Amino acid sequence: MKELIKRLTEAYGPSGNEEKIREVIREEIKGLADVKVDALGNLIALKKGRGGGIKVMLAAHMDELGVIVTHVDEKGFLRFAPIGGVNPLTLLGGRVVFSDGTVGTIGMERREPGEEKKIPGFDKLYLDVGAKDKDSVPVRVGDVASFSRPFVAQGDRLMAKGFDDRIGCAVLIEVMRELKDSPHDVYFVFSVQEEVGLRGAITSAYGIDPELGLSVDVTATGDTPEARTMAISLGKGPAIKVKDRGMLAHPRVKRLLIETAEEIGIPYQLEILEWGTTDATVIQVSREGVPAGCVSIPCRYIHTPSEMVDYNDVKGAVKLLVALLSKPIEIG
Amino acid sequence: MGLEVLKELSEAFGVSGCEEEVRKLIIEAIQGYVDDYSVDTIGNLIALKKGPPRPSLKVMVAAHMDEVGLMVTHIEKDGTLRFRPVGGIDSRILLSKVVLIGEGKVPGVIGTKPIHLLKDEERRKVVKVDQMAIDIGASSKEEAEEAVKVGDYAAFATDFVQLGDTVKGKAFDDRVGCAVLIELLKERYPFDLYAVFTVQEEVGLRGARVAAYAIEPDLAFVLEGTICDDMPKKKDVSPTTEVGKGPAITIVDRTFFADRRLIKLLIETAEEEGIPYQFKQPVVGGTDAGAIHLTKEGVPSATVAVPCRYLHSPTCLLSLADFENTVRLMKAALLSFNNLCKVMVLKGES
Repeated sequence: MKELIKRLTEAYGPSGNEEKIREVIREEIKGLADVKVDALGNLIALKKGRGGGIKVMLAAHMDELGVIVTHVDEKGFLRFAPIGGVNPLTLLGGRVVFSDGTVGTIGMERREPGEEKKIPGFDKLYLDVGAKDKDSVPVRVGDVASFSRPFVAQGDRLMAKGFDDRIGCAVLIEVMRELKDSPHDVYFVFSVQEEVGLRGAITSAYGIDPELGLSVDVTATGDTPEARTMAISLGKGPAIKVKDRGMLAHPRVKRLLIETAEEIGIPYQLEILEWGTTDATVIQVSREGVPAGCVSIPCRYIHTPSEMVDYNDVKGAVKLLVALLSKPIEIG
Repeated sequence: MGLEVLKELSEAFGVSGCEEEVRKLIIEAIQGYVDDYSVDTIGNLIALKKGPPRPSLKVMVAAHMDEVGLMVTHIEKDGTLRFRPVGGIDSRILLSKVVLIGEGKVPGVIGTKPIHLLKDEERRKVVKVDQMAIDIGASSKEEAEEAVKVGDYAAFATDFVQLGDTVKGKAFDDRVGCAVLIELLKERYPFDLYAVFTVQEEVGLRGARVAAYAIEPDLAFVLEGTICDDMPKKKDVSPTTEVGKGPAITIVDRTFFADRRLIKLLIETAEEEGIPYQFKQPVVGGTDAGAIHLTKEGVPSATVAVPCRYLHSPTCLLSLADFENTVRLMKAALLSFNNLCKVMVLKGES
């Protein structure tokens, strides 16, 4: 599965620009399900069950953070704006790559006396693609770049850009592969534009009209030096969401996940995330309402170019979901 | 082209939630050019221009009727009116402006302290809306109440005037979009065209949301008057859009990513027809497309706008050439039926 994770995290696909990552996923799931792409670009794969089950939607978002060119100046430098929750602190010294392979490094204007210690805002930063003047800039206003950073596996600890939420995509793909006998019709949704407002999940949930909705996404941890208090650690198992900023997990869905984890004997953690949310938030309020929950992969340094997850948590999430989907589900 | 309509629309009163006067004007203007029209529960004007008997496409083109303005919230003992903004208004542009209040269009002035009395520190401060009052010349609460009441809307009193190749007026956001849409209705298209004049865009894209839900379009275009910041600057940064450089095509704003195939269609059309165009600065602003594209299973959408200087102020300025080129671009894009169909066919594939 590490090869798959490497391939997914290294693919290009900021919000609204998911064509490339979608093709990577489409290739990976070839032959495993009926696939379609909706109007917004969500990749929806249906794995039909043997019958007698319910309609389940599993969502992991394909999109990642990025930066978008807002202006090309006379000297060939590019001004840019963030796509999604990019912190300028994570940009300096980094590189970004456009869909055509053009690489840019991030530069900073001189800082006025007294401002040396301030973190520069986006208005003080620019992209340098090495152009000699405006005419030799190979990209234009509206072009989008993602962080450029290779995947690394150091034992069980994995580092990469875009674990949020390519690790969720990896889990969904692995579940598709391992799920052999399910009564349920399972819709695997690789959603778009999560980072800019859960948009892909809004339209795909409406179209699918599921009886159970689960997102698979990353969650923060509290296990690093002087971290914000949070009862989640890397390597202690997948997290079953209790609540985040946008959703209170349906109690029966949460219980189902806990019971399943205990039945198969895998470690799990209960997640209360004080900031951030996932696709499940909009699935829950789609149409007449959908019982919803979330399986999270604990992840350090979310929204930076070097996020970190534990491989065992990833494998645990796959086991948990395969076990859940293999048995009858009753939500009352 | 359409100058008289633009003037009437610009001078009409239509703050969000109070779009009736604008709606009436538009209904008059589209008579004879549409097959049917209706007003929905929230106040959107939905006009249908039918295509051939078996059209394979349902296209929604939207422009919002409402404008930013003020609402009277309290009448003081001395007869002056306290107010709050409706929609996004920079309080720096309010002082000393003339507004028209309520159904009776009662004129009033937003009072300001004369410069003679301003202390140094006051000159450097922005006066907040809750410290301002509208003076309608009444000397008591009772006298004021004969003319206006709490909850009345106020719109800027601004004449529409031609200045060379440009025009100045209020509410070009989005009366210029309405004017473009009216012009588009003079043509017949090879599909069912739903021309939607929406309400309450400025307070949260509310009209477009319900209109799109009812229509369930295959594709949508939103016509706008958009931000333009092309006056000289210290730094070489984006002007957002520039007056006179043609219709502005949105790639992404705060509310949506334009459908890439529709952007391509607009660019190709502009290049074939020799129409100038520009890209609006990405990630800035938002339009009805933000609500429309998320309707039901999703609607591929795009926004095309006429650049307007001084947006959301009592006086905006736009180029008549940009207005005409926006009409030309949209007309040509909508008439390239085969290309629109390609987007449709691809809708499920992408």
